[in-house]
Formats: sequence, structure tokens, C-alpha cells
Amino acid sequence: MAGFQHSHSPTEEARDPVAERFNARLGLLLFVIYLAGYAAYVLINTFRPTTMEVVVFSGINLAVASGMALIVGALVLALLYAALCRLPNGGRA
Amino acid sequence: MIYERSAIAVIVFGIFVAVTLGLSIYLGRRTHTAAGYYAAGGGVPWFVNGVAFAGDYLSAASFLGICGMIAFFGYDGFLYSIGYLAGWVVALFVIAEPLKRLGRYTFADALDKKFNSRGIKLAAAISTLVVSVFYLIPQMVGAGVLIKPLLGLPHWAGVVTVGAVVVFIVATAGMASTTYVQFLKGSLLLIFTGALTVMILNRGLKVDTNPEASATQTVTKTADGELVNGKPHGRGDGEADLRPVGHVSKLPGGISETGPLGPIEFLSTLRESEVVVWPKTISEDGKTTTYTAKTKSGADLLRPGNSPTFAGLQKDSLPAKLNFLSLMLALFCGTASLPHILIRYYTVKDSAAARKSTVVGIAAIGCFYVLTLYMGLGAMTGGAMDVSNNNMAGPLLAKSFGPYPFAIISAVAFTTILGTVSGLIVAASGAVVHDVMTGYLKLDMNDAAKVRIGKLAAVAVGCVAVVLGIIFEQMNVNFLVGWAFSVAASANLPALIMLLFWKRTTKQGIIASIVVGMVSSLAWILLSGDTFKDVYGLKADDSPVPFSQPGLVTIPLSFVVLIVVSLLTRPKPA
Repeated sequence: MAGFQHSHSPTEEARDPVAERFNARLGLLLFVIYLAGYAAYVLINTFRPTTMEVVVFSGINLAVASGMALIVGALVLALLYAALCRLPNGGRA
Repeated sequence: MIYERSAIAVIVFGIFVAVTLGLSIYLGRRTHTAAGYYAAGGGVPWFVNGVAFAGDYLSAASFLGICGMIAFFGYDGFLYSIGYLAGWVVALFVIAEPLKRLGRYTFADALDKKFNSRGIKLAAAISTLVVSVFYLIPQMVGAGVLIKPLLGLPHWAGVVTVGAVVVFIVATAGMASTTYVQFLKGSLLLIFTGALTVMILNRGLKVDTNPEASATQTVTKTADGELVNGKPHGRGDGEADLRPVGHVSKLPGGISETGPLGPIEFLSTLRESEVVVWPKTISEDGKTTTYTAKTKSGADLLRPGNSPTFAGLQKDSLPAKLNFLSLMLALFCGTASLPHILIRYYTVKDSAAARKSTVVGIAAIGCFYVLTLYMGLGAMTGGAMDVSNNNMAGPLLAKSFGPYPFAIISAVAFTTILGTVSGLIVAASGAVVHDVMTGYLKLDMNDAAKVRIGKLAAVAVGCVAVVLGIIFEQMNVNFLVGWAFSVAASANLPALIMLLFWKRTTKQGIIASIVVGMVSSLAWILLSGDTFKDVYGLKADDSPVPFSQPGLVTIPLSFVVLIVVSLLTRPKPA
């Protein structure tokens, strides 16, 4: 547990409004992309559940394939966000 | 079903608990300040915090509830997995960084930074306490469920054991020990569920042609106890116990065994197979429960709408469809509103670390949710399920591979509960001390007093959780967590989002939004058909609300209230 200090107070971090705005906009863009996928998934399950039975590849139906895609998609977008975000000093995360 | 006590399981369980307590004592000696107690001094490395996110989040609901739901009803349990994970997208992309910049110990800090209002502190603290207690109930129920087969103790003893251990963990070192318990638990959960999935794939699928495997089973309550299949419940002469169930009745191509399968092959083979599932019916007098074998095609089980919760999806029932939409909305919005998740953003040093730890959390949690599908389907076809208790499907699946996997998986599940409960209790005690006592009541306390009162609050919340865990024994843990998400999303998310993205938000708007979101979602739950049926023992049809999940109504309502009140109370231009 080296480097783990339990007793100091949290400190204020350096602020950079430009980087913060960039990160916030990037986050919102990726959020909207994911929201579109999630909304489509939920709405198809709700109003066209039989569509989920269609086999899309290698004997896997749309229900399983789209569910797995949403899980993997969240990770891909998260990695993209982490890679593109800016640090307060103008650098990359 | 009667579970045999396993000596190996008891030993492994003892080791896990001893390591957990040892870690707490070690870290407790190094925690002296309020910052150390409530936020681990802001010094947790981001990777550790990320895995601890997974530890916090993958609660009894995920491990026991989802696995059990998939084992009994197929794909429907996976809908929860997807909803739970999707919520992290909101947490990462929208909430994480600004929340880290605004707060210090609790999420009330973030809401209140701009306004410094006692009302906001009180409303946020009450909401934190309500959500934490709601979330604690299923964890405690899960503890009781687990301890039964593991140590052969009754449900209440499991709940009390967890309560005692967790209160010890939290009261010794607060957020520091909680974080490392979470890290340990998150790592173990991923490693061992991964190993279990490999064993499931390696075993493949096998047809069971024994007619007894499909014989109907009954449980009848009598004045003296229970009758199982017409005989007294027990393992002795003249007694009977429920038979473990779950098997494949037909494989594609008429083969009897597949041998080892790949991950895609497992799912595609199951889709072309026929599986025996066990729906239950209850007699009119409520005394006899009958479990009847029903053969279903794999294609049927791998589509939504097989469980009682989501059955309406396959019918043309608008309330059922709205109920589903409402749940999926609550899961999406709830994650970023859970107090024990939000406080974890204060244990790292800056917003970049908050971001990176969320990415690690998403990776770990995503992997786990992919594995839930295999574990659930493995339990469905592994011949080890207890028809009377779907929460036990995961540990019993492990048992079908031998006593060691069972011992380890049960101990990991127990540690899972310990971890989540510790996080919730730290969040609740932080709300009491930091938000109510020093924030709202303006009590002047030094660091030592804050830590001492926090520990007392942890003991009190632990006791409440124990009592509720005993009362709610019969509820599916996953279902209960769905409610906690609804309350969290309705009470907390609108205030957080609007504060971050709408400049005209006022303190009155925030307070009104939290109060209306919390009260309306709680009222909706208490008046819902599910509560009527499962808690009050009344007819679900008598419920005054059209569907059980509140989110679809109460989340937008909370947003609207915030906007209207903010507009009505906006400061006049100078």
C-alpha cells in the first residue's frame, strides 16, 4: 500500500476552464451516442420483442448480440474518452 | 431444499472474513482524521479505486440476483446486467469530473458548493440515508440466503453476522478499509467468476433423460412444518427433500453431450436445444406450491419476456411495457445517483484520476456482466438448482463442480455483500455527520468527534439494515435493488444534472427536486402492485398505480419540479 496516505485533507486541483469545457463537451457527445444505442435497444425490446429473436451471426440472436454490443460499446467509448480528454496543463490524459 | 454443511466452505469463509477484518484493523490504525475516515484521505490510486468501484457496485443483486434470474427465466436477467452497466456511461461522461471538482466528502457537498444552503445539505443527507437503507435491504437478504447453505444457520443469523462484521469494518477504518475490502472483493469476484465460466464452457451441455429429473415437486405448509412431495421435509427415513433441478432435454442433431464449447458456440448450441425450466404455481389457500417441469426451446429462453417481471413484453400490455421502460430508465439514471458510488470519487486525488478509475470500473463491471449470462445459463442446465430459491443459483452452480468451487464462490459472494454494505454504511454515516450534524445543525465538532459520531452512526445504520434484512427475507434481491435505483435516480440525478448544466438552477429548486423525487418514488413503490402482493399480502390488482416501477413518472417529475421552482424563485436582477 505504498503511496497511500490516509490522513491528509483532499486538496483543490488546478483548474483549466478550456480543458474542462472540452472534456465536458466530449463527454456529452459520447453520452448522446451511447444513449441512442441504449434507447434503441430498450425500445425494440419493449415494442418489437420478436425482432430480438432474429439470428444475426453464428447462431446468436439479436437479443444476445445487441446486449453484448452495449456492454463492449460502453468500454470502447470509455477508453476513447480517457484517451481524448485534456489535462488542466493542456496535455492529454 | 436442505443444504449440507460443508467443512471446506466454513474454512474458506473463515479465512476470507479473517483477512477482511485484519485489513480493517491494519488500516484503522492509520486513520485519524475525518478526511481519512470519510474519503480515505483522497489518496487511493486510481486503479485500486476503479476495481473498488466494481467491488462497490457488483452487489448481491448482481452476483446472486441476476444469476438466479437468468437461471430460472433465461435472457430477462441479462436485461438488468445491461441496464446496470449502461448507468456507468452517465457516471463517466456526465457526472464524474464536475462532481470531483465540486465536492469533498459527500455528494451534498457538490450540490451545495454554489449555494451554501442548510436546506440542500439536509435534503441531500435524507436522500442519501433513504437510498442507502433501500440498497442495504437486498444485501442483507442476500447474506441470509448465503449463510444458510454455507454454515447451516438460519436466515436471521446470516443477516446478523454480516451486520456485525461490516459494522466492525466500517467502525475501524471507514473509507480506507472499505476501499481495500472492495478492491479485494472486486478482484476475487472477477477471477473466480471467470474461472467458473471456463468450467461451464469446458463441461458443455449434456442431455438428462432420467424421468425423475422432470418429476413435479410440491411444498405444502402445515401447522407442524413443511411437507415435500407429501412427506415431512427432511433427509431421514420417510422424509423427503426438494430435488436439485435444471437440465437440457434435447440437443441439436440428437446428440447426448456436446463436450467443451466456445463462448459463442455455447450460446448458439443452447439456442437450438430444449431446456427444462420450473415455473411454480401456488394453490388458492396459499399453502401448497407446485413446481412443474416445462420444456422450453433455447430460442425462447434467449429472448426477453419469460420472467413474471417482464412477461408483459410478449403480450400487448401497455402497463407492462411502461413498467419495463420505467425500470430501464431507472437503471440508466440510477448508477450515477447512488451515494456509495458518488463518494468513491472523493477517494482519488483529482478529476483525471476520477475519470481513469471510472474507466477501470466500467471494464471490470462489463466483464462481470458478460460472465453473468454464462453463469446463469450454466446454472439453468447444470442440474444443481434449488427450485424454491433463485438467489442461490450461482453458489449451487459452483457446487455442481465440487466442494472447493462452492466454498470459494460462496465466500466471494459473502465478501461481495460485506464490501457493498461497508460502502453504503460509510455513505450513510458521512451523510449523518458531515451533512446533517456539521452542515445543517452547524455543530462545531473537531476531527476526532466527527470520526467518533460517524462510527456511532455506522453502528445505528447497520442495526436498521439487519432488522430490514430479516423482514424482507422472501424478496428477490435483484428486484429490491431495482427500487433503490428508482429512488436514487428520482431524488438525486435531476438535482445533479441541472446544477451542472442549467445556470438558472436555484437552491429552492434543488431542495424541491430532491424532496419531490424521493417522496414520489417512495410513495409509488409503496402503492405498487408488487408491494401489494409481496409485502402486504394483498391483490396486485388493487394497487392504485398502473405499473410498479416509478422512474418513468418520478424522474421527469423531479426535473419539472426543479425547473418550475427555480424559475419561480430566481433572484431579481439588481
